[in-house]
Amino acid sequence: MRILHAMAAVLAALLIVSPVFAKEATPLAEDPVVEQRLIHISEELRCLVCQNESLAGSQAELAQDLRREVRDLIKQGNSDQQIKDFLVSRYGDFVLYRPQFKPTTWLLWGGPFLLLIVGLVVLVSYLRRRSKLIVEAPLSEEDRKRAEILLKGEQS
Amino acid sequence: MNRFLLPLGIFIVLVSFLAVGLRLNPREVPSPLVGKPAPDFSVPQLHDEAAMFSPQEMAGKVWLLNVWASWCVSCREEHPILNEFAKSGTTPLVGLNYKDKREDGIRWLARFGDPYLLSAVDSDGRVGINYGVYGVPETYVIDKAGVIRFKQIGPVTPAVLQQKIIPLVQELNK
Repeated sequence: MRILHAMAAVLAALLIVSPVFAKEATPLAEDPVVEQRLIHISEELRCLVCQNESLAGSQAELAQDLRREVRDLIKQGNSDQQIKDFLVSRYGDFVLYRPQFKPTTWLLWGGPFLLLIVGLVVLVSYLRRRSKLIVEAPLSEEDRKRAEILLKGEQS
Repeated sequence: MNRFLLPLGIFIVLVSFLAVGLRLNPREVPSPLVGKPAPDFSVPQLHDEAAMFSPQEMAGKVWLLNVWASWCVSCREEHPILNEFAKSGTTPLVGLNYKDKREDGIRWLARFGDPYLLSAVDSDGRVGINYGVYGVPETYVIDKAGVIRFKQIGPVTPAVLQQKIIPLVQELNK
């Protein structure tokens, strides 16, 4: 009986709490084209509060504010690049998930290829060095005969 | 013996890189605004709704802009330090009450002390976006020409105040 009471209490509590969740569903904006562009742009941007979430997916308050800002900029007729530049000028390159290619990011972009080249050079030089270590020992006449006998013996 | 030296060397380099990386604070993103003019705005003041505040009023002065809110827990941590700083009269401190309710802000200052010359109200967070605010509290040092010279993300600690902010303010005041 007690358990039933407890369950009823939990259910009632859930019912009271549930309208809070409803708040998360932000009203769909009037213009689906703007919304589509907003998603497209904000997926490429980092939310600075929860740094591993994109601006599109984050429920942080700052992300909501920034989405509102981006939405306004779209409505004002800014291009995607202008909007990204707007955010970079305030929050730095860190907001971009795809950093620009410039002197400070050369190592970031080129690093993997650099490592690949270093690996290839090491591999080739190692293989060359190793091939030099294997000296072909010429067969003496006696050995050849023995080998022939052995091979024949195997066949028969 | 020799063949183990290279992998060991690589391992030590990797560990030292990771050790440095783990000690960095990922919350501290270098601000592109340092060295740039402080973005302009004009918003109502906290204690006097009819009066406006704009950074242009502070032209010719070295001043601090501190972004705070009554809902911000770390602001409580830095508040005594700001109160002390205001008492020293080093340089004017302006507050930016960020995404807060007016009554809450006023009550909060009444309870914990008001170190600010005045507080400007940024109720919808737009000024904050222009200043690149993403983790309240944040503090900006702005020079006489209105250029941002330093940004502290997160609470001002006594160390930051003594070693960075105060020497910078003194130098800018020369």
